[in-house]
Amino acid sequence: MVVVGSGPGGLQTSYTLSRLGLPHAVISADPVPGGMFQRFPYFQRLISWTKPYAPAERGSREYEWYDWNSLLGDEPGHQATVAEFMDGSFYFPSRAEMQMGLNAFVARAGIKVRYNCRWESTAEQEGSFVLGTSEGEYRCKVIVFAIGTTTPWKPPNPGLELVPHYADTKPLNEYRNKEVFIVGKRNSGFELADALLPVARRIILGSPSPARISVVEHAAVGARARYLQPYEDHVFGGGNVLLDVAIDLVERLDSGYRITATGAKSKRTSVFEVDDAIAATGFTTPMLDLPKMGVAVFSQGRLPALTPFWESVSVPRIYFAGSTTQAATGLNKYGIPANSAAVQGFRYNARVMAEHIAAEHFGIRTGHRTVQAADLVSHLLAEATRAPELWNQRSYLARVVSFDEGGIIDEGILPLAWFVDSSGSDAVAVSVETDASGDIHPAVYLRRSGRVEEHLLSSEALHQFETEDHRRKLEDLLRPYLT
Amino acid sequence: MEERHDLAQMLGGLSLFADLSHPELEAVAHTFSEEWFSKDQRILRQGFTGTGFYVIADGDAAVRLNGKEIAKLARGDFFGEISILLDEPPTADVVALGPLRCLVLPGPATKSFLETNPKVMFRLLQAEAMRLRNALRW
Repeated sequence: MVVVGSGPGGLQTSYTLSRLGLPHAVISADPVPGGMFQRFPYFQRLISWTKPYAPAERGSREYEWYDWNSLLGDEPGHQATVAEFMDGSFYFPSRAEMQMGLNAFVARAGIKVRYNCRWESTAEQEGSFVLGTSEGEYRCKVIVFAIGTTTPWKPPNPGLELVPHYADTKPLNEYRNKEVFIVGKRNSGFELADALLPVARRIILGSPSPARISVVEHAAVGARARYLQPYEDHVFGGGNVLLDVAIDLVERLDSGYRITATGAKSKRTSVFEVDDAIAATGFTTPMLDLPKMGVAVFSQGRLPALTPFWESVSVPRIYFAGSTTQAATGLNKYGIPANSAAVQGFRYNARVMAEHIAAEHFGIRTGHRTVQAADLVSHLLAEATRAPELWNQRSYLARVVSFDEGGIIDEGILPLAWFVDSSGSDAVAVSVETDASGDIHPAVYLRRSGRVEEHLLSSEALHQFETEDHRRKLEDLLRPYLT
Repeated sequence: MEERHDLAQMLGGLSLFADLSHPELEAVAHTFSEEWFSKDQRILRQGFTGTGFYVIADGDAAVRLNGKEIAKLARGDFFGEISILLDEPPTADVVALGPLRCLVLPGPATKSFLETNPKVMFRLLQAEAMRLRNALRW
């Protein structure tokens, strides 16, 4: 097996594979672990929190819900490593703190990476894959690409290619007293605008659809609360503006850019002459020759089409880890995506995927625990209340328990999209979900005689689902299996 | 399937969005997200909450009621709007018949999208009227 990439997705995959006793190589084009965090976010501090003080003890499984940045370890020295290096001045780590946490994880867990080894080509020969790299060929049965969503991407609007991408943002001082047009109203656009507020004369954020805000969308893909100062400035008429415009044309001027844009609603065309511009239009997966060898892609070629276990739908035994796992959207209930694009979500995907690969391709199965009928309801409600996998990956990962002649078996944490569409013995999956009103509650998916039904349990003010009411409702649903 | 394309241009080729101007199509392209489904994967699940409004960009799908196929859907067809408009879980499954690429709008965003895009709402109503006429034909 080969894992390509030494960002958090590759490292988590390698860690879990090693724990399962599966030999593999990790190769990375980078000189050190860390992937995208080597360069981004451009303005230094992450948008994912690691809370020094939390309702759970640091290093416990439950604490992972409050620490969105550390990788998952099985023993104390491998757990909560980012929290360990934070200086306490902020609960969002700086890039340097994130890097120290990752370095410690790699060193302590003994993860071996062949750095400065760039993946250059892929081929399939007689049932094996051949990876061409800058350091020679690797042959393997299974590949995991943990290559990040790291290549700057711009939509094909005329002239937009002239505008520097977010990845090429200049030092802050070079925007002093300038009028800057930022194309894009997602997190990277708001991150730049927030950083430019104290120096730029005017900032214009423009893209066709209105800004989506995390607290309104109930999802971390919306612009995060801590970047919203430019939005408030716009609302109060403070000089900086957010515009819902489609970019018709960008032209280079001697001293800046001329941007012609049309209002999506107003249909009014405006011309903006600005000193500088930045395209905060996102990133794409560096797929290299994978589409040529048959890996199906979508979203304008930016993402591979994946099964619920993050395997290419068109080329079996090619898997993806890290932020690319967002391509497997899961149930996407109410349009609220899982956190697969960020460490807090994809670290769990990597663990589930590594266990799946070990079982499917190498015959290594993790032991499944038998659950006593008398403990089943308590077990499931405890998971809904505290399991970090369920909280970090809502409506996406679920605790699955099956019922067959052998008894009640805990099948572990599995993709919910796989469970609800799979057949097999009677079984129950519990996940945590958010609905359109923002209400967070447990959801129970019960498979009976091959058919899966959804049952939603109620929410609770402090998210404690181990109440008598929840217990009674779950007992009613599972009654045939409790005797 | 094409790897890269101008999404707005592709949308303009679907009858639902045929009356929109280029800036409007760009806004639609930014509002919808894209999802991929494999053969036999369910997109709408009978009795499940939190569904979305789907427009088929590529591929075919089947509508199945209690496992029995009752309709086929192809590029440009849409589904999921009934359960959003009535605020009820879908009464049938929609299943991919092969590789299927859809544009998706979350349920909660669909109402405001239709209100701000009356031309799309009109096309949607036309399609619903045709479905009703075909259902009532004897």
